[in-house]
Amino acid sequence: MTTGLGLSAAPPGERYKRLLPGAMSMRSEPVTVNVGPQHPSTHGVFRLRVTFDGEIILDVEPIFGYLHRGSEKLAEERTYTQVITLTDRLDYVASMTNNQAYVLAAEKLAGLRPPERAMYLRVIAAELQRIASHLMATGFLLNDLGAFATPLMYCFREREKILDLFEMLCGARITLSYMRVGGVFQDAPEDFWPALRKFLKEMPGYIDEYEALLVENEILVTRTRGVSVLTVDHALNASVTGPMLRASGFPWDLRVVDPYEVYDRVRFDVPVGKAGDNYDRFKIRLDEMRQSLRIVEQCVEQIEPGPVRAESPALLRPPAGDAYARIEGPKGELGFYLVSDGSIAPYRFKLRAPSFINLTVLRDLVIGWKLADMIVTLGSIDINMGEVDR
Amino acid sequence: MYGLGILSGMVVTLKNFFRKPFTVSYPEQRLPQHPRFRGEEFTWYEERCTGCASCAKFCPLGIIRIVTHPGGTTPAEGDSYAIDVFDIDIARCMFCGLCVEACPYDALFMGSGFEEAKYRRRDLVISVERLRAAEKRPSTWYRPQLEGQAYDPRRDGSLPWQKAGREPWPYHLPQRPQAEGEKTTGEGTP
Ligand code: SF4
Ligand code: SF4
Repeated sequence: MTTGLGLSAAPPGERYKRLLPGAMSMRSEPVTVNVGPQHPSTHGVFRLRVTFDGEIILDVEPIFGYLHRGSEKLAEERTYTQVITLTDRLDYVASMTNNQAYVLAAEKLAGLRPPERAMYLRVIAAELQRIASHLMATGFLLNDLGAFATPLMYCFREREKILDLFEMLCGARITLSYMRVGGVFQDAPEDFWPALRKFLKEMPGYIDEYEALLVENEILVTRTRGVSVLTVDHALNASVTGPMLRASGFPWDLRVVDPYEVYDRVRFDVPVGKAGDNYDRFKIRLDEMRQSLRIVEQCVEQIEPGPVRAESPALLRPPAGDAYARIEGPKGELGFYLVSDGSIAPYRFKLRAPSFINLTVLRDLVIGWKLADMIVTLGSIDINMGEVDR
Repeated sequence: MYGLGILSGMVVTLKNFFRKPFTVSYPEQRLPQHPRFRGEEFTWYEERCTGCASCAKFCPLGIIRIVTHPGGTTPAEGDSYAIDVFDIDIARCMFCGLCVEACPYDALFMGSGFEEAKYRRRDLVISVERLRAAEKRPSTWYRPQLEGQAYDPRRDGSLPWQKAGREPWPYHLPQRPQAEGEKTTGEGTP
């Protein structure tokens, strides 16, 4: 049997016979059940049509489009600055990185180079956003595991501090619109730096706390170790990127292999997992938070005073052509492809949404497992419907 | 030993049991708000507004409606269009602040409030009368002159237009500051 990706996978029946010897002895009628579209564990309006034999999954068909807002089309009739507000709403738990990927693409198109200070500010903001996004992912993964809301509240406590920092930077907490083509809209206020230093000092202690709370918790380990293993080959064939690919043991991080902004001036490690199971996908996010803190610390040391926005006309008219810029978003490779026809609005705006592409392996990961494992696997992929459906 | 992980988790829970609560009970207690907070009700100084409608053109949603007639004057800017209608439909506003960024005369500011719940959608349209009469508590977002005075809308209250200051718009300067590696174009300058 081949999957939609052209990969051969063991037939579902075979697979669960192997997993659960004796399961085939009593065969029941397959039942099709809808999970979602409004289900607390589908992380948004997203539907899974699942075929079960008892509790074992025989087939999964993800159905999305419920949150489709036509962002890519809307962008074609907005100026390059106005499009920034649309990118806020793609992956709404990580607006900063969406802003960053978009402005990088628009800068490439217009041939603008942002000033040094702006690049540092952007990297600081993007790394804080990565921590916030990973906190959300970890919290909701635990929520899906049945640890209802308690670890989530721990994670939200620190996320709140990051949102406070964002409020200082740009006056908003979720839909940030912080970056502009050619820099950031304005310099950080005076009181941002002491607050950021305080956060950097406190945060490692909080990550220790999550580790004490979660990493060795027997319930979590038994529920996630060895479940839904994604092999490197499968991940590469399916274009999986981000923490999911690294959890499978492939050290691919665009901040290292294709450095943008100032990532070539900071030192950090790329954590990789071994098994590619749900546990590794959970653990790698905790490790990445520590590395993000290291990056922010180095940026705070290196940043110099200076202008934060390159001089550019208020209505940008990039020359006709196209540009693709990609960054390592919290969920994977986030890329924007822009085509300009020389007018004030993009002719074409295309987004490579990491969680959409990561979601394509869900079917192969969960066949043969149980319903409760599917929910956890979906949580470990860390999807965001705003980005999947755009 | 099985259960050790759970025990160490319990220690964390116990520690948090004795910490100060992180949450606040909202209507009675409030979190401090940064002066840059992009709040709802806009602050608009008619004394500075020339009716140029840059704000309306920059709004990604086109929710600012301006009707003017020629022949007005403003104390701050001299000749201008007189404003008949200046409606902001905040039911559709996303508080991105691009209108404030576009205003070349520092007449429009973001507000500082966040409690503008209404029963009817039409009550959410801020009319020109309301803008005129409203208490002026501008946010310091994109207004470095207010940040320079350390103005805090929550603490300092209403700000008259004379004190709101005016930052020269970079596009109005005869010699614009040049960033390195940057080509000069006058094109698209509003
Ligand atoms: S804040 Fe944004 S959406 Fe609201 S009126 Fe201004 S430009 Fe339009
Ligand atoms: S951009 Fe400023 S000056 Fe022009 S109409 Fe709007 S508020 Fe008035």
